[in-house]
Amino acid sequence: MKKTIITVVGKDTVGIIAKVCTYLADNGINILDISQTIVSGYFNMMMVVDMNSSAKEFGNVCNDLDALGTEIGVLIKCQKEEIFESMHRV
Amino acid sequence: MINIYEVTETNEMIEKENLDVRTITMGINLLDCADTDLDTCCKKIHDKIYESAKDLVKTGETISQEFGIPIVNKRISVTPIALVGASCCKSEDDFIKIAKTLDQVTEEIGVNLLGGYSALVAKGMTKADELLIRSIPRALAETNRICSSVSVGSTKIGINMDAVRIMGDIIKECAELTKDTDSSGAMKLVVLCNPPDDNPFMAGAFHGVTEADRIINVGVSGPGVVKTALEKVRGENFEVLCETIKKTAFKVTRVGQLVAKEASRMLNVPFGIVDLSLAPTPAVGDSVADILCEIGLEYAGAPGTTAALALLNDQVKKGGIMASSYVGGLSGAFIPVSEDQGMIDAVKAGSLTLEKLEAMTCVCSVGLDMIAIPGDTKPTTIAGIIADEMAIGMINQKTTAVRIMPTIGKTVGDVAEYGGLFGYAPIMPVNQFSCDDFVNRGGRIPAPVHSFKN
Repeated sequence: MKKTIITVVGKDTVGIIAKVCTYLADNGINILDISQTIVSGYFNMMMVVDMNSSAKEFGNVCNDLDALGTEIGVLIKCQKEEIFESMHRV
Repeated sequence: MINIYEVTETNEMIEKENLDVRTITMGINLLDCADTDLDTCCKKIHDKIYESAKDLVKTGETISQEFGIPIVNKRISVTPIALVGASCCKSEDDFIKIAKTLDQVTEEIGVNLLGGYSALVAKGMTKADELLIRSIPRALAETNRICSSVSVGSTKIGINMDAVRIMGDIIKECAELTKDTDSSGAMKLVVLCNPPDDNPFMAGAFHGVTEADRIINVGVSGPGVVKTALEKVRGENFEVLCETIKKTAFKVTRVGQLVAKEASRMLNVPFGIVDLSLAPTPAVGDSVADILCEIGLEYAGAPGTTAALALLNDQVKKGGIMASSYVGGLSGAFIPVSEDQGMIDAVKAGSLTLEKLEAMTCVCSVGLDMIAIPGDTKPTTIAGIIADEMAIGMINQKTTAVRIMPTIGKTVGDVAEYGGLFGYAPIMPVNQFSCDDFVNRGGRIPAPVHSFKN
């Protein structure tokens, strides 16, 4: 199963996780794992998701999340897991 | 499973340290386009390139989005045109027609540049080779996206000094024909010794005759990533320094390998090589000179520069080689002047001279690159500079190159402006003593001895 990593970085505010999760649920994207830290006042979240049953194409999800990020005032990136796997695992 | 710190590290490399895939270059063999009729040959060239690479840009953009990594350039390299056009080109104009065909198809596909308007003349020139070489100034002035290279020497063969002498004139003509844009035509021409067949970087890219019909080569870059990693080990000894460069180069190259494999799969074209280069741009924090400074030099060019560059180049290769299944191309640290803000600053400060750059080319990945010299520099002097650089490559069994721009109407103290990724360059002084009698001798420098190494 090919996994996708969604990262959310920005100023901490109420409801960030809720809004991202709502979008994912609405589009049939299953969340496998969530981790979160606050680095020097900045909200930093990573989600591992399974997009196999996603209602939308990968590119469209990227664009939607990008727009959602702009709306909440955070940066949302959606990347296939392989880039991290290849860089950090031999 | 991947953790949040690893994800953050990767994304910071991309967002803050200018990690990118510098180019996906598709190599295309054009030998099967040769024809005795020029129009037929041009049509075959157009159709083969179009069919092979029509999805290259779209594929690059898709991969870029999937992995969230910028892919800056999509390019094409082709079989040296002197070979392809040999049976139908009877004049310089005939070769220029092929150049225009290449330019047109490059624009139709939307790729940035096409390399391979080239001739390989390390030992001797055929009639076609000479016609192509003589046509280079006009071909580059009358097209937008074509790059040209001429190989004039190799370790196994020696140096073709007749070709070196001609290239002095050709570079000067390229400059004259593009004097309105600070002689930018000369930026698209490089003279090479020991060129690799699978180089994805311009202007020296061509698809060698040892290659398959089509191939995907990828060039990665990340001077900023190495610089940032080294900031964390300031004052540590050389062991720590070298290990840090190696590990960073490994990570950067892994991204290139991933992108290359993915592009190869999507385009159904075999994966060739990853070129693990540190290729700077004028952007702040994307500089090889800044790495040299971080290693401990006040400016690039200070005593110790050649040693620092040597270890950098070697550690980049050591780290990168394990990260990719096939490493090729030029692989190492590029040291262009105009494309690297740190190098420009070093020239302005009086720390970096042409002579020091020449010494640095003994240990960097290529050679004298993107250097602006006074517009009144004699063609024989340019030929002398080329001869020196080719000799370094020939004797040291490495690729060397000369890409210098005599800037017509400007002299030392002026600045040549190129714009965009090409940046700007302070005009550097050139040794004024004559080498006319040397370069005008004619003939070849024989191949060096391959024994008695010291």
